[in-house]
Amino acid sequence: MSDLAYGLDFVTEDRARSVTTERRPVRVALIVIAVAFLTLFLLLPLFAVFSEALRAGLGGYWRAISEPDAIAAMRLTLLVAAIAVPANLLFGLAASWAIAKFEFPGKSVLNTLIDLPFSVSPVISGLVYVLLFGLQGYFGAYLQSENIQIIFAVPGIVLATIFVTFPFVARELVPLMQEQGIGDEEAALSLGASGLKTFLLVTLPNVKWALLYGVILCNARAMGEFGAVSVVSGHIRGKTNTMPLHVEILYNEYNFAAAFAVASLLALLALVTLVVKVALEWHYADQIAGTNRH
Amino acid sequence: MAGARGLALKRPSAIPGFGLALGFTLTYLSLIVLIPLAALMLKAASLGFSGFWEIVTAPRTLAALRVSFVISFIAAAINVVFGVVVAWVLIRYRFPGRRLLDAIVDLPFALPTAVAGIALTAIYARNGWIGSLLDPYGIKIAYTPWGIGVALVFIGLPFVVRTVQPVLEDFEREIEEAAASLGASRRQTVFRVMLPSLLPAILTGFALAFARAVGEYGSVIFIAGNIPFVSEIAPLLIVIRLEEFNYGQATAIAAAMLFIAFAIILFINLIQAWQRRRFGQ
Repeated sequence: MSDLAYGLDFVTEDRARSVTTERRPVRVALIVIAVAFLTLFLLLPLFAVFSEALRAGLGGYWRAISEPDAIAAMRLTLLVAAIAVPANLLFGLAASWAIAKFEFPGKSVLNTLIDLPFSVSPVISGLVYVLLFGLQGYFGAYLQSENIQIIFAVPGIVLATIFVTFPFVARELVPLMQEQGIGDEEAALSLGASGLKTFLLVTLPNVKWALLYGVILCNARAMGEFGAVSVVSGHIRGKTNTMPLHVEILYNEYNFAAAFAVASLLALLALVTLVVKVALEWHYADQIAGTNRH
Repeated sequence: MAGARGLALKRPSAIPGFGLALGFTLTYLSLIVLIPLAALMLKAASLGFSGFWEIVTAPRTLAALRVSFVISFIAAAINVVFGVVVAWVLIRYRFPGRRLLDAIVDLPFALPTAVAGIALTAIYARNGWIGSLLDPYGIKIAYTPWGIGVALVFIGLPFVVRTVQPVLEDFEREIEEAAASLGASRRQTVFRVMLPSLLPAILTGFALAFARAVGEYGSVIFIAGNIPFVSEIAPLLIVIRLEEFNYGQATAIAAAMLFIAFAIILFINLIQAWQRRRFGQ
């Protein structure tokens, strides 16, 4: 209908003064407010990270990100994400298969429970594992007698990360697979495909972009998680420090340039995540679930 | 999304793998989420009600809870105002840089909270880009409760924008035209016709931003100054108690926060049920 006119509204002043938009001064004012607000609160911090990171020059920057503790932190962050993301991916597939393809009592409760970790403070996400596996925790004595360390060690960091990134993949897949229904799978099965083959060759290709979408968001959070990991990590330099924790330690030592240098790598990860996310939204909007909430 | 839910199969299914998928889902959910949360509740229950109450109503705990909830409420309210403006501008107007702006709204979801925390602190500290502009007027942001507010506005913004955006996008222009043709001014149309139907989305966005803000830790602790009774947030107090190996106190505060968080989820679900009833969607 008035799409074209609407599109050019901003440039061609008051073409037909549409009743479904505001007057030009109001439009301009609202745009200025929105741009100013987003610049002040979102863009400025992003620029600050890179500008502070380069304050000590490129040499200082390179030293900060190549020192052994920083490398160890990067390695641990990658390791944790490499375990947490596939684990939650597997869970997302299982949960969405069960919820979207079958009808069973308690389904909506299950759906709500999956989102639960999003409503729990990151600090509490770490605390629950301390209560279970910490020295004074419910399994503390047993774990100590078996000489297994979970808290203040890598397994605790992995668990806490899995907890906070738990819903990411499932919540992208469930609504999409519900929308797609079971027609394709039934067709494949009736033509003689096995269940596994149906899943791999029919279901997976149907949801691949939503899957990727969920995985990159899950990964960004897994690599960037701070609160939950901070509670279970014990902050042992070079051993149980992930990149965000390494940033904190450097910062608290007033080693600002180094802290921002490592932080800038995390900011780059965030930017790459956003670019991939937007690219997926533009190209495959119809193949990613309708919800746009995280 | 809600519409599709009713369509799912009612007849016995030919699709295999139900037992395996549901079994794995429930096991994993229990091990990672439910049992750990149950452990927290168990530990909180072991304190007894009076023990729990004593911890939660201790002056320092109350002060921390108050700081967390009051500032989160204010930050979420600020996010509602600017979030609606941002959503409105992004959906309704076309201007250069719109898509870039739309993409950047998700930055707080993608940027690790610790990074956001130190960046905001650098900007709002006395020698920072904004802090140095405000300092001559005696306004301090970093290391005061205002700083907490800034961090919470940062992390909460996308919740409001992303909740309001799709509803605004689906809003039927015919309704606006009808209002206008019945003699409503644009202002009346916006405030008395459009905003009321956006209200459920706005409230949901507010509740999500509020819930997230209350639990937020990473971005706040750098900028807050963390002075007990002034700028100490509840999640930080949990960490402090934990570092003192005072598991009981940490648990009690955590349980209190969880109860409130669950109340917020319930509230969101009620809003959404109300929205479905009212708008048939």
